[in-house]
Amino acid sequence: MNWVGLAGFGLVILSAILMAGLAFLRRKSTPAFREIPAFARLRKAIGLAVEEGSRLHISLGRGGLTTPQSAAELAGLEMLRRLSELTAASDRPPVATSGDGAVTILSQDALLASGQAALSTGYNATPARLTGLTPFSYAAGVLPVMQDENLSANVLMGNFGVEVALLTDTAERGNTSTLAGSDNLTAQAILYASAQDPLIGEELYAAGAYLKARPFHSASLTVQDILRWLIVIGILVGALLKLAGVL
Amino acid sequence: MKLRGLFSAVIAIATGLIMLVGYFVELPILVNLRITILNWVIILAAVALFLGLFNLLAVHTDKIRSKEKGGIYSLILIFSLLTTLILGLWLRPDHALMALIFKAIQLPVETSLMAMLAVTLMYASIRLLRRRNNLISVIFLVTALLILLGTVPLPYVGNVPILGDLIRPFIVQVLAAAGARGILIGVALGSLTTGLRVLFGADRPYGSDPSRGGK
Repeated sequence: MNWVGLAGFGLVILSAILMAGLAFLRRKSTPAFREIPAFARLRKAIGLAVEEGSRLHISLGRGGLTTPQSAAELAGLEMLRRLSELTAASDRPPVATSGDGAVTILSQDALLASGQAALSTGYNATPARLTGLTPFSYAAGVLPVMQDENLSANVLMGNFGVEVALLTDTAERGNTSTLAGSDNLTAQAILYASAQDPLIGEELYAAGAYLKARPFHSASLTVQDILRWLIVIGILVGALLKLAGVL
Repeated sequence: MKLRGLFSAVIAIATGLIMLVGYFVELPILVNLRITILNWVIILAAVALFLGLFNLLAVHTDKIRSKEKGGIYSLILIFSLLTTLILGLWLRPDHALMALIFKAIQLPVETSLMAMLAVTLMYASIRLLRRRNNLISVIFLVTALLILLGTVPLPYVGNVPILGDLIRPFIVQVLAAAGARGILIGVALGSLTTGLRVLFGADRPYGSDPSRGGK
């Protein structure tokens, strides 16, 4: 193993130890987070969906689980599961769309596992849908869902590219609120301009913690902060050493 | 049912650990295990894709059967899907007819959607100040304008001096690159902790989660 691999492995081990330790220490305390307006609005939309009998739409993007974008898909699936649990009493289950076969199966599984009352009574069999396998066919398949399903909010979380602009535009035309986050930089820039509530950078991965925090979620946010400070210190030390001519 | 959830978690965590350790530690047994698991994953992904196609067919068949709005498009989709599938299996994907179908139908349709994006993005930029009237939005729009002016030559003027030579490269290579790297570091840290949560079994995007009272 070369030194880069060793450093990477060390970072993973350090993060794992920190996360486990912090989760153990915080198992009985209530976590406190900085306010992200997008999540506060989403909580209102969840309440509205249950009261009005409207649906939530969770779009998981077109990334797969075997690609480098899998973390964004996993964050999206966790969000789907939590939203599904929170709207379990609703007459209409959330509808999930994705652009990958495995993610579609997992999203169907997440919806069924959440104990959705509407699904157990036989309402509408296909709440999880594969809409297309290429970026634009995926977007084209999602548009009718956004237009025809009586939605109260759209949650776009996963791997999206430039095609996400078509989705946010359709949501805006339908007067539905949109919370959106992607791991793709171009998509993040587009979402900043076009989405009502964009999630920038690592906010995408914090969504689970904001909706229903458990010790591991709050611990993972603290670990991110610790690692971020370590990187900042590393960059500053590197810059100073470079200025001093050591590097 | 709880046992099934536990079984899924054990498989997922064990597989994840083997893949993670096998990536960093080059022990022959771990490397071989990793390659074997990767091969299984490829096969499972192909099966999942096939199941996904059935899902697509089921959704659109339901739409036609229940006479929902836009049912005709579902009919066209099913017809196109089956035609392409049969032709692809019969002629093989590298046949000239398959290439023609891709170039004459799929490519133009996706290109026209791409063209629509230009209008959509321009409209979104105009609405941005109405939606979020703050300093960051102003900086966002001014930066986009400066980059556009610095990139595209103007009629009769050509490249705008100073803007094209100094300001645009400074924004792109220094400010934007630094910001993008910062965001990417955040995304990488988020990916790392998300992966670890799955490895610890705190996030379970598969099966039921007994700790949450799932079925």
